[in-house]
Amino acid sequence: MELGRRDLVAAFLGTAVAQAACRRGSRTPRPIPGELVDRQVEVGHLLRGAPPPIAPGPPRTVDVLVVGAGIAGLCAAWRLASAGIEDLVVCELDSEAGGTARSGRNAVSAFPWGAHYLPAPRSDRGPVARLLRELGAITGVDAEGRPSFAEQLLVREPEERLFYRGAWYEGLYLRAGASAADLAELARFEAKMDSFAAWVDGKGRKAFDVPSGKGSDDAEVTSLDRLSMAEWMDAEGYRSSRLRWLVDYACRDDFGARAEHVSAWAGVWYFAARHDGKTKSAGYLTWPEGNGRLVRQLATAVGPRRLLTSALVHTVEPGEDGCRVHALDARTRAPTSFFARQVVFAGPRFVAGRVLSPWRKAPPGFLAEFQYSPWVVANLTLSAPPPSRGFPLAWDNVLYESQSLGYVVATHQLERADDSGPTVLTWYYALAGGDVRAERARLLSAGYSEWEQLVAADLAPAHPGLDALATRLEVWRWGHAMVRPRPGFIWGGARRAAEESLGARVHFAHSDLGGMALFEEACFFGVRAAERCLAGLGRAGESWQ
Amino acid sequence: MNRSLLFVTVLVIATCGLVYELVVGTLASYLLGDSVTQFSTIIGVYLFAMGVGSYLSRYLERGLARRFVDIELAVALLGGTCAPVLFFSFAWPAVFRLAVYGMVLGVGTLVGLEIPLLLRILKDQLKFKDLVSQVLTFDYLGALAASLLFPLLLVPRLGLVRTSLLFGLLNAAVGLWSTWLLEPALGGVKLLRVRAGLVCLLLAGGVVSADRLNGWAEAQQYVDEVVHATSSPYQRIVLTRGARGFSLFLNGGLQFASVDEYRYHEALVHPAMVRAANIKKVLILGGGDGLAAREVLRYPEVESVTLVDLDPEMTSLAKSYADLAVLNGHSLENPKLHVHNEDAMRFLADGDEEFDALIIDFPDPHNFSVGKLYTTRFYELVARHLAPGAVAVVQSTSPLFARQSFWCVDATLRAAGFWTEPYHALVPSFGEWGYVLAARAPPARVRDLPKGLRFLSDETLPTLGQFPLDMDRVPAEVNRLNNQVLVRYYEDEWRRWN
Ligand SMILES: Cc1cc2nc3c(=O)[nH]c(=O)nc-3n(C[C@H](O)[C@H](O)[C@H](O)COP(=O)(O)OP(=O)(O)OC[C@H]3O[C@@H](n4cnc5c(N)ncnc54)[C@H](O)[C@@H]3O)c2cc1C
Repeated sequence: MELGRRDLVAAFLGTAVAQAACRRGSRTPRPIPGELVDRQVEVGHLLRGAPPPIAPGPPRTVDVLVVGAGIAGLCAAWRLASAGIEDLVVCELDSEAGGTARSGRNAVSAFPWGAHYLPAPRSDRGPVARLLRELGAITGVDAEGRPSFAEQLLVREPEERLFYRGAWYEGLYLRAGASAADLAELARFEAKMDSFAAWVDGKGRKAFDVPSGKGSDDAEVTSLDRLSMAEWMDAEGYRSSRLRWLVDYACRDDFGARAEHVSAWAGVWYFAARHDGKTKSAGYLTWPEGNGRLVRQLATAVGPRRLLTSALVHTVEPGEDGCRVHALDARTRAPTSFFARQVVFAGPRFVAGRVLSPWRKAPPGFLAEFQYSPWVVANLTLSAPPPSRGFPLAWDNVLYESQSLGYVVATHQLERADDSGPTVLTWYYALAGGDVRAERARLLSAGYSEWEQLVAADLAPAHPGLDALATRLEVWRWGHAMVRPRPGFIWGGARRAAEESLGARVHFAHSDLGGMALFEEACFFGVRAAERCLAGLGRAGESWQ
Repeated sequence: MNRSLLFVTVLVIATCGLVYELVVGTLASYLLGDSVTQFSTIIGVYLFAMGVGSYLSRYLERGLARRFVDIELAVALLGGTCAPVLFFSFAWPAVFRLAVYGMVLGVGTLVGLEIPLLLRILKDQLKFKDLVSQVLTFDYLGALAASLLFPLLLVPRLGLVRTSLLFGLLNAAVGLWSTWLLEPALGGVKLLRVRAGLVCLLLAGGVVSADRLNGWAEAQQYVDEVVHATSSPYQRIVLTRGARGFSLFLNGGLQFASVDEYRYHEALVHPAMVRAANIKKVLILGGGDGLAAREVLRYPEVESVTLVDLDPEMTSLAKSYADLAVLNGHSLENPKLHVHNEDAMRFLADGDEEFDALIIDFPDPHNFSVGKLYTTRFYELVARHLAPGAVAVVQSTSPLFARQSFWCVDATLRAAGFWTEPYHALVPSFGEWGYVLAARAPPARVRDLPKGLRFLSDETLPTLGQFPLDMDRVPAEVNRLNNQVLVRYYEDEWRRWN
């Protein structure tokens, strides 16, 4: 056992994993063949370097240009296309649409590169439910407007399991060995979240709703934003290590940051927004490729003609009667220019500061307030399901003593009964420390071989001999994966200032505007920006929201 | 004393200790079925027993080296014979569970004594810090070796019986060897060596004759003689023969017994066949033994039978194993029959062929994979393949032993939009067995029973739908992919009967 591996594992995954994985003696597991598949460095260079050349000749004129084909950009384009806007272009710098909801595919299965599920909406109104109807995922609606969903799209049982000291247990809360006091605290916490979920303000708004902007702005609720989730737990007297673990895990999983660095408002939102405290929520919708399925649905609705991939927008210049938009082909560097009557900027804030020409010289103060957690997603292909002790392989498989977020099984939702064949595990890791710059440096300091060792060491205690089954590993490092809802951010001035359009022609859409990286937030802002464009074009109709 | 030799000793005993645990755990889940809880309770009890052993070590005061050798020999005997003994005791279900836990407790306690004793014996020869660190290092290394060797090499190459005997032998060898290693601390060693030698010989004899033992031990699981056994990627297939004919077991579970399988298969097939509007095209899901197909092929109107069974090993056995082929009337060689070795759910999801009668004969819902074949989603897929007037039937476990499970299947079919008619029949090898007939609308009887049946007649057919009080409908949730309630009902209910 060379010291290097142990230190590496301890630094990223914690000492418990290092002990468990590296005590297993001098035999370093067989390295898994594979590679890094992210290309963030090149693209970053293109934006930061000297302004690229601009296409000679007249620009192509369009009604609306959408920058970015993440969920927000695609939802904006879908809204516009549904309103009959023909003259529409979406520029996406990546070779495929999707952004952080992108997916991949190999001979065994499709798999996610980022977002992998969508919580089933509570109501059949709004754009998310509309999209699901178009996809055929909603099969009916009951008298109270609650939709029902196609069974095969809801996460099937067994849903979650947790590994602790040698065996797997059902669920994400570590019940095995929990004391009566632990369980009482869990019950108290759940009751508290139910009461938050049921809380409604004078205007009939839920305390926490989806998208978050629909929720109450009553000070009783928004004051939570001043504390971190960890401070709030302290103040409420939650001390059980198992409950604290669950909450910290939830913060890392949903926001990519530890409970100390997440606003208590956002932390509670996670537990209280998706139900009303009385009826159970319908669960999660998921596909082998994760939200990549929703990307495909949106991209089809927008139409491949209107989607320009490998197109990096480097300059947006708002003018009197329209915007000049300059892009270049990310592979060939060939320039293109557009003249757009309306622009939806659906990239994140840190890109906006470099692309919008007025902001290059005088960046608005709010830009610096947006911070993003880095993440790593690794897809591991196995020739057979990993053998394990205790509760059987589930959809979501989490390791109690690791800093990783465990893995999701891509083949879990396949329409077949036999689960004994090859599979793909999607492993997630958030760099959840307080200083996002330092975390980003840490992310990039590790290359393929380090991440390979980390994935292998992380899974080794739970699945001895896994390396014999592993056929390929692909690793994606996301430098700016998720906006971070730090304390004070959600209800602070910066986030709200960033929601405003730039003049009458540039409208913003991205999940970072909501302060939480979620499908519903991206969709909300995408549709809203599209509806602002429609108003600007004199084609306003009924809102979808 | 030579240190590296000492560490080899630690390595060997650690490996042996974990191998015994793995052998018992595997055997228990193999023989008791793949219950979710099997393995983890074994681990728990074993760790607990090790704790007991460590605690007890304080009561051993004098003659530690001698005690250590004795303990090695005892572990060797107990651990080494655990697989043959457990296989053997499986014939008596009441004893088996006791034997499993007795074995785990015994071996665990002894293994728990080993390391504390060794530490104390050596405490004067090494610095405490080095001693603990090195002994534990090798202890964990041994555990790693065992956990890797076991699934990759031992089980596939040697089998459980030989593995346990071989590691017992290794353990005994450590005992014998330590009479030299610890000689200064031992005093008179002659008698000890003789004893250790005897244990070694005994276990070595076992390893050599393991094959015979193995066959004999597997045979003990079954009342009758094992006449054929193979393992496919999906299951262990065993055929046994006795005075009253032969039986097929999949993963230790009885699939049929030739004495009374006709009751099961006539009851499975004919109620659907006599009520389907047409029976030109028939689909059988599961049923790779070809026995349901035999019943289907009794009707001359049948033009084609599609049989979907996951395991090619099973369908080829049913075709080529003479006794089985005679029993199923060579149905698998019938030109009307087409075999698809495919996942049934995938078959239904991918295809669009319609069938007049659908015979659904899966294993009981004993795990989450098979459980998917009993969900509303699965029945929605079934519905897509119904020709007009088609009738389907689902084998639905025992309404007596697993009453709520049975009614859960019925509730699930109804939730998927089917009209249903539950019924049952007595199959002595299984007990009271249940089936559910399902169709788009209530089907009328349109056809005569074929000639040559031994169980069903026009008189008995209508009585199958009557449920005595102790099997009558109970409320049950609908089984869906995202709740899999049936697997949980089933596990609870069968646990109560076993
Ligand atoms: C690892 C991970 C797991 C996640 N899991 C979930 C989940 O399970 N469920 C969930 O709801 N959410 C999840 N999320 C959050 C996810 O980010 C959101 O659901 C949603 O996909 C965000 O979409 P977006 O459009 O706001 O942003 P992005 O995905 O960031 O999209 C922005 C797009 O703009 C493009 N772009 C940026 N600048 C330019 C430019 N100058 N020119 C051209 N194109 C440009 C980018 O390439 C990108 O495609 C996850 C995120 C990550 C990273």
